[in-house]
Amino acid sequence: MDQAESMGVLEEKYTRRTFIKGVIATGATASSAGHLFRGSPLLGAATYQTATERLITLNVNGQERRVDVLPHETLAMTLRYKLGLTGTKLGCDRAECGACTLLVDGVAQYGCSMLTHQVRGRAVTTIEGLEDPDTGELSVVQQAVMEEGAFQCAFCAPGFIMAMTEMIEVNPNPTREEARHALSGNLCRCADYDKILTCAMRAAELARSV
Amino acid sequence: MAEKLVGTDIAPPDLHAKITGRAKYAEDFRAPGMVFAKLLLSPMPHARVRNVDASRALAMDGVIGILRASEVPSREGPREACLTDTPRYEGEPILAVAAVDEETAAAAIEAIEIDFEPLPFVVDPLDSLRPDGPNAYVDGNQFSGQDGWSDLKWTDSDFATIDGGGMPNPSCPVEWTKGDPESAFAESALVLEETIVHQSLSHHPMEPRSNMAYWEGETLHAFVSTQSSQQTKFALAGALQIDPENINLVSEYCGGGFGSKIAGTTVMQIPALFSRKIDRPVMLRITRYEENYVGRARPGFQSWLKMGFLENGKCNAIDLIIVQESGPYGAGDFNTAGMIADLTYTPQNMHFRGVSMYTNTPPKAAQRGPGGAQIISMMEPILEKAARELGIDRFEMHRLNAPGADVEFGPRNATLTSVHAVEALEQGREMFDWDAKLAMSGQRNGSKVTGIGIGLSPYTAGSRGRDGMMLIRPDGKLYVHQGIGNLGTHSIADTARPAAELLGYDWEDVEIVWGNSARAYPRSTVQAGSQTTTAHTRANHAAASDALRKIRAVAAAAMGGSPSAYRVDSGRVRGPGGTMTLARIAERAIAMGGEYSGMVLPEDIHAQTVPAAQMLAGEGLMGIARDNYGGEGNIYSWVAGFAMVELDEETGVVELKEYVGITDCGTVIHPRSLGAQVFGGSIQGMGMAMTQRWVFDPKWGVPFANRLYTARPPGFLDIPSDLKWGAVNIPDPQDPVGAKGIGEPPVGAGAAALTCAVADAMGGRCLCRTPLTPDIILAELEGRPIHGRLDQHVG
Ligand code: FES
Ligand code: FES
Repeated sequence: MDQAESMGVLEEKYTRRTFIKGVIATGATASSAGHLFRGSPLLGAATYQTATERLITLNVNGQERRVDVLPHETLAMTLRYKLGLTGTKLGCDRAECGACTLLVDGVAQYGCSMLTHQVRGRAVTTIEGLEDPDTGELSVVQQAVMEEGAFQCAFCAPGFIMAMTEMIEVNPNPTREEARHALSGNLCRCADYDKILTCAMRAAELARSV
Repeated sequence: MAEKLVGTDIAPPDLHAKITGRAKYAEDFRAPGMVFAKLLLSPMPHARVRNVDASRALAMDGVIGILRASEVPSREGPREACLTDTPRYEGEPILAVAAVDEETAAAAIEAIEIDFEPLPFVVDPLDSLRPDGPNAYVDGNQFSGQDGWSDLKWTDSDFATIDGGGMPNPSCPVEWTKGDPESAFAESALVLEETIVHQSLSHHPMEPRSNMAYWEGETLHAFVSTQSSQQTKFALAGALQIDPENINLVSEYCGGGFGSKIAGTTVMQIPALFSRKIDRPVMLRITRYEENYVGRARPGFQSWLKMGFLENGKCNAIDLIIVQESGPYGAGDFNTAGMIADLTYTPQNMHFRGVSMYTNTPPKAAQRGPGGAQIISMMEPILEKAARELGIDRFEMHRLNAPGADVEFGPRNATLTSVHAVEALEQGREMFDWDAKLAMSGQRNGSKVTGIGIGLSPYTAGSRGRDGMMLIRPDGKLYVHQGIGNLGTHSIADTARPAAELLGYDWEDVEIVWGNSARAYPRSTVQAGSQTTTAHTRANHAAASDALRKIRAVAAAAMGGSPSAYRVDSGRVRGPGGTMTLARIAERAIAMGGEYSGMVLPEDIHAQTVPAAQMLAGEGLMGIARDNYGGEGNIYSWVAGFAMVELDEETGVVELKEYVGITDCGTVIHPRSLGAQVFGGSIQGMGMAMTQRWVFDPKWGVPFANRLYTARPPGFLDIPSDLKWGAVNIPDPQDPVGAKGIGEPPVGAGAAALTCAVADAMGGRCLCRTPLTPDIILAELEGRPIHGRLDQHVG
């Protein structure tokens, strides 16, 4: 993708497809800058040096948050580095691992592969937003994890928990096989898959009983 | 009675933090004024930096400074520095730039003009052994501390043999012989000769090796992604040549390491050095793409194997040559591989030769089961092939060759504390239902063929002689101070359980103290090589025994009677003079001082434990001791893996249907977590055997399979839907707790069960190459060789 084309992408308001296309197009370089996902893959250095931040309002975990955001900034970066929400992890920066999974209007999305401007006016939920804000009570998915003792290093845990949260909404009564498919967008390098699956099933069961 | 803590499922105490987003991994820490560093990575596999022009970069708004190789510690020879002007692999960090945000730093990196002189390079170790082949270093391809650089080349006639498909007779820096292999082969009823290639593969822990650091006067605050803790503090101090007591090391959570972050990482030096230079906190966020380079990889092997068998199936001789792809900074896997081959097949007659070859590929490091996992995955299918040729049941073949308690292995006839490999195999046979599955082997369903296989895998699983340190504070709780790391194995909590049980504590009254050196760590093992479970159940047991002795003495002093008549349970001590809470005992211990409150310390504890103990002295009743339980022989654990696969002959795709893993790792402390280790390790082994490629362009020396999707670790859809595990659960007799480690051995078991099952599905044909990707399987099925037999890095 050349520079003129990437400017075009910006103007098209960064659709998901073109965003990912731009990201993939940079795969051949060894430069570390080429793999930074606050937009540099899409834009020449000169361009993003001149890109300016805009103050926008986001709805994150039920709260209105005002934040200065660059046009090409990813949601995961805004959350982690501007809003102090470090529960959303970055495992690959590029839609390969699911560590950054969060919910946008209840739908599981990779926070590393969404632009912050895309979620204006939409409800963003991160791992920090699952507990009951008043009582601190854990969500059913979190309760299931506590019961089953899932996860090892747990770097993948926030992403999996968000994916499970969506799953039990979409399919409240999954089979193990269905759950496995529903969670297949997330990697666990410790390979604690068996326990994670048991958790997902338990979470669905808990959700059905409330 | 206090609850039973050993052998029960208790979720680790940090789980709540991990699942609410509160757990802080290295990249989650912030500091006022924090700036971001970015690395300039070498675009060439071997080069010399002739000139750097950073003027444009440094003039950019928001750029704060640059850190060059000349400003970081370095040593002569094949030793890694955190930055270098003579990069030895594509992706090696040359310099770092700091800026107000990561993006500006990255833009500055792009603005640097750098002039490289390309140097000859080598990515396939055999190329470097060829008479006129290139070397990874300008000065040679072998290095010894004493004699410096030299050039090791095999002869034209060695290569004539190799190229003709034979086993050469080359000179190797490492060589040992046991028994009389030559006469033994003459007595063998069957001799198999194979060439086998095992690929190199990246560790790729889920959390890349990001880290942050800042200074407060002389004190360095380092927030590090590391497997260990106490040992990492000392490693960092050594690298930076500063007093360890001037480091406050924070390592609360680590998102996996698998051997790639044992005592921290090389890049952890960069924020520390950079921060000292520019006087700002520095965050170095490592992306997955960078992790592919500066993270570590398991070294690959190219190998010639000759295995002799008696009529009854017993392996009676092994001749093994391993050429190791060692990257620019070396690795020791091949040595271990030789030992493990001798241990697993007990041939009595063995000839081992090995050579570690420097190459211009990303650095190597121990990866879960280093050396053992590779050799088991390579040799188990050959053992099963021999079973077929001799007409022996494959399960019997494994059982017959597995060692017993009297085993002696390796060049120095090492012994083991305990071994129950045969019991593990037998338990697995039952759980997997080997006999019924055997009837399914070779069955065809459309284009799919079923195969089954077994992998038996040992690995070291413990060490001795570490220190334990714990405190009963006046709140009555037991505080166990752990210098080991928190990388997800749960051993940070589980190794405290036998100690807490000895002191009659309920788990809710036990606090694990870890993750911050300001909270005081005793001298601990590195969290690697499956050592921790043994080493620290022992060390904590020793410290708890010391605490128990002191509790009794304090109780007897307060209430009368003989100390030995006092018993502890559920936070109280009871005896002839009455009963008292441990909270009161702690207060009295403080008042009594001396050894009771840690004002006087045992003489045999490690010098590194002393300052930590002094931090806590006087704050409660201190249990502190070195593990002096002793023991003879090596501590090894075993996993027997059983797999069933379906191989689609049309697509070359292998689907795992069932897997059973049974371990001999002594006393089971935490069943659920143990099962997770058996499965997790086995699944990592499956990735190694099946999908995790390592591919280089031989012309330019650059890697192709350098992201998660091109060298894919197993995901949810790759694992068998039917997974089962079990444990022999026989305590190690030489250990006060009886527990042995478990991290390493499942990898070889998972990998080998698969390499065997795939060979079975192919009618007994061994591919003798990993990973078993569909293209390689199809080429074999179609009789179409796609690679030179011994080529490395072709996928
Ligand atoms: S960090 Fe977003 S998918 Fe990996
Ligand atoms: S628990 Fe470590 S990556 Fe999932």
